[in-house]
Amino acid sequence: MWTRLKRLYHKMGSPKWFYEITTRWSKWFMAVGSILMLTGVVWGLAFAPADYLQGNSFRIIYIHVPASLLSQSAYIMMAVAGLVGLVWNMKMSFVVGKVIAPIGASLAILSLLTGAIWGKPTWGTWWVWDARLTSMLILLFLYFGVIAIYNAIENDEMANKAAAVLSIVGSINIPVIKYSVEWWNTLHQSATITLTKKPTMAPEMFIPLMLTILGFYCWFAVWVFARTRNEILFKERKTNWVKKLLQNGHKKTTGAQL
Amino acid sequence: MFFDDFSSFLAMGGHGLYVWLSYSLAAVIVAINFISPVLTRKKIIKDIERQLRREQK
Repeated sequence: MWTRLKRLYHKMGSPKWFYEITTRWSKWFMAVGSILMLTGVVWGLAFAPADYLQGNSFRIIYIHVPASLLSQSAYIMMAVAGLVGLVWNMKMSFVVGKVIAPIGASLAILSLLTGAIWGKPTWGTWWVWDARLTSMLILLFLYFGVIAIYNAIENDEMANKAAAVLSIVGSINIPVIKYSVEWWNTLHQSATITLTKKPTMAPEMFIPLMLTILGFYCWFAVWVFARTRNEILFKERKTNWVKKLLQNGHKKTTGAQL
Repeated sequence: MFFDDFSSFLAMGGHGLYVWLSYSLAAVIVAINFISPVLTRKKIIKDIERQLRREQK
């Protein structure tokens, strides 16, 4: 078991192996993610019953909750990738951390925007400076910080280290986001889904939410893999395997290869 | 289907603007995340090929 894990770890560290395996994996994540999203969104928009308090505005949940959850998970993944990179000096790990930042930022933006839009009919305001909303805004700025580090520092090694340290230090914000609805008085409703308790939502509302959450995670994998492969292509552009790859009819796969 | 007809589906019981605005934003952000790496990939490949041709000359 341990030796197998170790072998996998070393393979993951090889850019060529990562490139090839994720090309294959992406197709599956894309297919499964798309089916999940399509089913979840159609179900959530057209078939789930309206909320007895919020009416139909509650259907924003099928976007808002997956985007919020994923933007936080993505941050944790970015911090772990940075930690692995720092501790074991694993280059591929830094690359994954780097490409997660813009994706995570886009999801944090989606979470904040849909939250504001949902807030208007529900709370009567687009924005309040309460703990949940403010800590989510800080999450977005942490992502911006990591992106800015990579834009500002030319030296790869320096940028990797600085970004990893910021990611790791910033992860203190994640439990703050999670518990903000319990620690402080807030307009934001408490968690819709928890791992420990049974869902408080009706199943016909809850199942489509699970579908869109899983669908978003699958698409996230596709996005991370695609961006990581781009970084690999560029970094390994002088190597023979990349040259061979480009000569062997990349034309077929240029557009299709997400 | 929860709604009686298509127009009530669009209206979302008066919350149509909020619901459809949210889903449109999601569509835009999802699209950006799918398209942006494809464009970057094309650019990288073009650059590498230009470099390779220069080396061959």
